[in-house]
Amino acid sequence: MLSEEDRRLLHILSQDCRFTPEELAIQTGLSPDYITKRINQWEKDKIIVKYGLLINYEKLEEDRVTALIDVKVLSQRGQGYDKIAQRFQRFSQIKSVYLMSGDYDLCLVVEGKNMHEIAQFVSDKLSPLELIDTTSTRFILRRYKQDGIEFYGEEERPKRLMITS
Amino acid sequence: MKQYLSPLVRSLKPSGIRKYFDLAATMEDVISLGVGEPDFATPWVMREAAIFSLEQGQTMYTSNAGLIELRRELSKYMAKHQGLTYSPDNELLITVGASEAVDLVMRALLVPGDGILIPDPSYVAYAGSATISGAEIHYVPLRAEHDFRLQVDDLKLAYTPNCKILVLSYPNNPTGAIMTKEELLPIARFASEHDLIVISDEIYSDLTYEGTHTPFATLPYMRNRTLHVSGFSKAYAMTGWRIGYVAGHRDLIQAMTRIHQYTIMCAPIMAQVAALEGLKSGESAKKEMILEYDRRRRIMVNGFREMGLTCFEPLGAFYVFPDISATGLSSDAFTEQLLKEEKLAVVPGIAFGPAGEGHIRCSYAYSTQQLLEALSRMERFVKKRL
Repeated sequence: MLSEEDRRLLHILSQDCRFTPEELAIQTGLSPDYITKRINQWEKDKIIVKYGLLINYEKLEEDRVTALIDVKVLSQRGQGYDKIAQRFQRFSQIKSVYLMSGDYDLCLVVEGKNMHEIAQFVSDKLSPLELIDTTSTRFILRRYKQDGIEFYGEEERPKRLMITS
Repeated sequence: MKQYLSPLVRSLKPSGIRKYFDLAATMEDVISLGVGEPDFATPWVMREAAIFSLEQGQTMYTSNAGLIELRRELSKYMAKHQGLTYSPDNELLITVGASEAVDLVMRALLVPGDGILIPDPSYVAYAGSATISGAEIHYVPLRAEHDFRLQVDDLKLAYTPNCKILVLSYPNNPTGAIMTKEELLPIARFASEHDLIVISDEIYSDLTYEGTHTPFATLPYMRNRTLHVSGFSKAYAMTGWRIGYVAGHRDLIQAMTRIHQYTIMCAPIMAQVAALEGLKSGESAKKEMILEYDRRRRIMVNGFREMGLTCFEPLGAFYVFPDISATGLSSDAFTEQLLKEEKLAVVPGIAFGPAGEGHIRCSYAYSTQQLLEALSRMERFVKKRL
């Protein structure tokens, strides 16, 4: 179980991972030494997997398309989903692989330059794989919110009074 | 036309912050740490509930005491989270902000000449309402050497036999001080011995960053003696909605409801609906805001100490109250010069009472980025004077 302090530390890091241990110490009341040790341990244990960046590519006008590909797998005796999932995750085009409940078994998040490139990937690489029954590809048209962040949020809020008691 | 005004109203002092407010309004690029309200918008679930209720045409009066659904939910919430047991039927009154609740208590209990014990420094409205009631105000100084916790010795010095009410306000505006159960017990005994009614304004109770908040009414024999005042403005970021409440003995609540009925009728229904939704599903949004305040609080205390000012650690509300006397300036002069030189607005301690002198109130209900910029302006200003 995470202690309340550790949970708070992870929460602050998940909001902004650029803080130094000294800055984190000020904000949490923990010592910089403790924080350094804790973060090192989390990195070693792969609890902190990666320090990320969230980019709004639409504003850069970059060619970039993301698709959600639902995959139905032919079930085989004695084989779980792990094997095929591991196979998927090796493709660099596939950014995420999830095991799902519902009509389809796995959901893949695939990135490419354009729709054509992703279509090519599906027909050349995915569909021919044995064990795949059917796929359904849906393209993301616009990102409004991701990882809790609104890309096109409220306009700046009306200002508060400058001084109130 | 001033001759027509009631002498009581004429004796109302103008607010000590007005002059800075006017000055700041004429300047550009001012950063203000002077605001007593959250920087967060009301959590969306609550705004959405109010919008939906408007779409449904829920635009009528509610019962004088407030929506029974809200009182029921509030009663449950207080029992579960604070150990307070008040009947939604006759021991809870929904008011237009906690300020109305404070005013109602004073109007219901005080006659001209009655004494009221008000901590100094404290939120400006207590003295205002007491003045309008014609009460005699006895200030009880809160001292920096006691981390602004109310001491019985100071109460004894301020007390006179005509005193009927004691105002308590922890977590405290403007100091950010809190009081633990052990520290409150002697105050409770004093209230019993001197037959005082206690207005306990606990509007900041959810914003307690260390230990757990002790509602005054949960102390031995204090339930009937206490009028527990609180509201949704601070913890739920609902300042503009104006929803507060007061809980207490039914005889007192009934009397206050009568005044409220004649003057206000009822708190706005859409705001009551939003508050109800907050109790039902606003808990996680509230907790997130509290965590964020705590983080900023630490940044501020550290910032002030780093620049060489004495700053006791505030464990509640969203204010720090650093000691600026080392600069040789009065809190008024400090505030004025800081605003003119660095375009940084704070509130002088003196605005909250004479014992606030030597301090300034800085709110940390701002983004980290704004706080860091404010601290750097403050440091430049202070360094020149230390």
